[in-house]
Amino acid sequence: MSRRIAPGAVLWLLVGVVYFVTPLVATLIFSLRSDQTGKCCSLGSYGQVIDDPEFWQGLRLSFVLSLETIVLSLVLLVPTVYWVHLKLPRLRPVIGFLALIPFVVPPIVLVVGLLGFLKGTPDWFYARPYGFLVAAYVILAFPYVYFSLDSGFRAIDIHTLTEASQSLGATWRTTLFRVILPNIRVAALAGAFLTLAIVMGEFTIASLGAFDTFPIYIQYINETKAYQPAALTLLSFAITWGAMLALLLVGRGRSVPAGGAR
Amino acid sequence: MAYVELQELRREFGDVVALDGVSLSLEEGEFLSLLGPSGCGKTTALRLVAGFDRPDAGRIVVDGKDMTRVPPNRRDMGMVFQAYSLFPNMTAERNIGFGLKIRGVGGEKRSRKIAELLELVGLERAAKRYPHQLSGGMQQRVALARALAIEPRVLLLDEPLSALDAKVRVQLREEIRRIQTQLGITTIYVTHDQEEALSISDRVSVLSQGQIEQIGTPSEIYGAPSTPFVAEFVGTMNRLEATVLDGERGEIDHGGVRLTVDAARGRRHGERVLVLVRPELLELSTNGSGGENTLTGEVLTHTFLGPVTRLKVISPATELIADVSTARAEALPVGVRVVARVPSTGTRLLTLGSEEPSQDGR
Amino acid sequence: MVPFFLYASLFLFAPAADVLLGAFKDLDGGFTLSNLGKIVDEPYRHEFRNSIEVSVVTALAGGALGFLIAYAAIREGTPRILRTVLTTFSGVAANFAGIPLAFAFIATLGTIGVVTNLLMDLGLNPYEHGFSLFTKTGVEIVYLYFQIPLMILVIAPAIDGLRREWREAAANLGATPAQFWRHIGLPILTPSLLGAVVLLFGNSFSAYATAYGLTGGQIPLVPIRIGYLYTGDVLSDPHLAQALAFGMFLVLALMMAIYVPLQRISSRWVR
Repeated sequence: MSRRIAPGAVLWLLVGVVYFVTPLVATLIFSLRSDQTGKCCSLGSYGQVIDDPEFWQGLRLSFVLSLETIVLSLVLLVPTVYWVHLKLPRLRPVIGFLALIPFVVPPIVLVVGLLGFLKGTPDWFYARPYGFLVAAYVILAFPYVYFSLDSGFRAIDIHTLTEASQSLGATWRTTLFRVILPNIRVAALAGAFLTLAIVMGEFTIASLGAFDTFPIYIQYINETKAYQPAALTLLSFAITWGAMLALLLVGRGRSVPAGGAR
Repeated sequence: MAYVELQELRREFGDVVALDGVSLSLEEGEFLSLLGPSGCGKTTALRLVAGFDRPDAGRIVVDGKDMTRVPPNRRDMGMVFQAYSLFPNMTAERNIGFGLKIRGVGGEKRSRKIAELLELVGLERAAKRYPHQLSGGMQQRVALARALAIEPRVLLLDEPLSALDAKVRVQLREEIRRIQTQLGITTIYVTHDQEEALSISDRVSVLSQGQIEQIGTPSEIYGAPSTPFVAEFVGTMNRLEATVLDGERGEIDHGGVRLTVDAARGRRHGERVLVLVRPELLELSTNGSGGENTLTGEVLTHTFLGPVTRLKVISPATELIADVSTARAEALPVGVRVVARVPSTGTRLLTLGSEEPSQDGR
Repeated sequence: MVPFFLYASLFLFAPAADVLLGAFKDLDGGFTLSNLGKIVDEPYRHEFRNSIEVSVVTALAGGALGFLIAYAAIREGTPRILRTVLTTFSGVAANFAGIPLAFAFIATLGTIGVVTNLLMDLGLNPYEHGFSLFTKTGVEIVYLYFQIPLMILVIAPAIDGLRREWREAAANLGATPAQFWRHIGLPILTPSLLGAVVLLFGNSFSAYATAYGLTGGQIPLVPIRIGYLYTGDVLSDPHLAQALAFGMFLVLALMMAIYVPLQRISSRWVR
């Protein structure tokens, strides 16, 4: 109706910009304060971060955990979603409903359950991040991976592709790997990037389970140092940003769900 | 004095000129259609009149008052959109009554008016239904009733039938016309369907690329198109490009064949012209070749249209379209060589490249 | 397909059931309601009240602000690129929550934060006037940072569903923008708005990391209390933690019971 931006719109957009940008700018300023003078400007904090071996350990651990989670999620979910779409469409609402469960069983509740239920399991699983944490993270990432895969499967004609492949003599495995997988690559990547963002930022379960992931490291620095945390915070923000950008580039217009630590 | 006047309306969107100085006027109670292909500017013009957009230049005057700067909710016009305009959270009744409610018309009076309008559009039984429970045709009737409820000065319709089935379209367009005539509301109707425009309008304005090509009654537009565009867009025409040989006798050269048409009389030698012949005026026969004013060719396709069959005839210079009675068409199957006689009278001639019509031998 | 359900059973259903059942067990393994009795007493009661209060406040504030900002970016007249920027940023901000977010606000409004310093230079130290980032109010301010983007992401499709034709038809019939919203816009959006607010409530209620990062675990909220019970060397009474988790689960289940039907209603008109 109007050709120019409405004044009311300008107001609220400005409010939004101020509220959202200010903390980032403040963090940046903080990160540039030197430990000695408490004022601008020094890259000392960044230096400290990079020099700290625990930083790299935490980062590497979280990253590896992300990869594990991604792989495990996809291995579990791709065949499942494929099968449901192909043979059991009536189960879709059921699984969709299941995907809402993590909203009712948030990380803080889940970790209580896991710590109790899995207490009897052997140490190599229970006490190690590669076991316990990944198991939990797959559950956390499940709704996001599921919805990504689901929309990917919906966009292609599963039945026709499968039947065509079978009529040409392929086995189930071949069909899955050679025909279906390449076509849902985008959806799988989207799910992967979401999972990456989630795992790189997950604190609650790692904290209660006493593991040393990247966010745990960040909190440790938070509690012990003055300005260094700011550099870390920005770095963490950049990682999330990177994952989201990658998601957008891959997804190209798909909606961006919310997830991660809270 | 004209009731509605559009004066030199101009609207640009970036580089694109949607309306290039368009001027129109309507008498009170007149039904005018804006006809043209997609992108010709007809919807832009309508939206300017409704107030949903402001022109870059020009004025809109209604009943003597300048409306150009008046916001849309104060222009006292009723608009029927192409689709989806009914408020989904209201029943048909409440949709129709909305304009009245906004104006503070009391409950009793409002109900009466709503009932009146429901009867007018034939939807008494659907009063309490929601839009998603109504068919496309019914929705548009409600939309029409809603626009008429406020007794607007001008009724605007933006391709109201485009989204409907063919049969419903024909039914509904006649109803729209009937209602409009009954109420005597000045109406502007936008459409890309020339059959629609010709069948229900008092006058038709053909637009192309932001400019008016021709304004006239339906029969003027159909029978006497004044520009090549109008000739092409409205109805089906055979277009023969030719060069004038002898202006005194009306001889022209079309693809090496000499033809005589009255319309070419008075033209200069060497002038390039376009001869327009209606399909129903071409006479086809299988015997002989040559003869006065004939073009030879081969029948390419048959299109069955009921009482008439449309034949496409391919000749060295052009493709011709001839409408012959279906019975006759059986004698002219695909592949057979035919002779098409171009009538010397009853054709129109246009100068190629300009828009000036010439007198026709009528 | 079977492997997935096995996995979910093992790592989701069973633990969840364990929590629910464990809430009713005492230290000897017998059935008891005493844990539940404890959690409705102080200090847990206070913590539940706080959690609910914070969640309601951030859901309503986040909902209102998120809607206003989303609408500002989507409505006609606003350049389209702003909408894309907003959606992208919201996706990032909604995931930025947790420890880093907490520190970002400490850097902004903490005792020596950038904005605090600015205000002090202007002669107004908020900390001397009763404000503190490390209270319930501070938590609410910080939570908005992921609540508003979540609202934006959830409500944008609903706003998109408001067809331009409805606004124009309303104006054509004489309605002012306020009248449009009152009679058409808000009624159509209400199920979506309510559903989104409920979602925001649940989101805030379950949050842990952000509050922890802000206060080091010193703030009286239910998730923080649960975490506290686990940070000692020995977990003294797991069933108490389970009871608290059970309490959370009840609140969230109630929220879901409201949300799901609202979702179905709101999709009715977005066609």
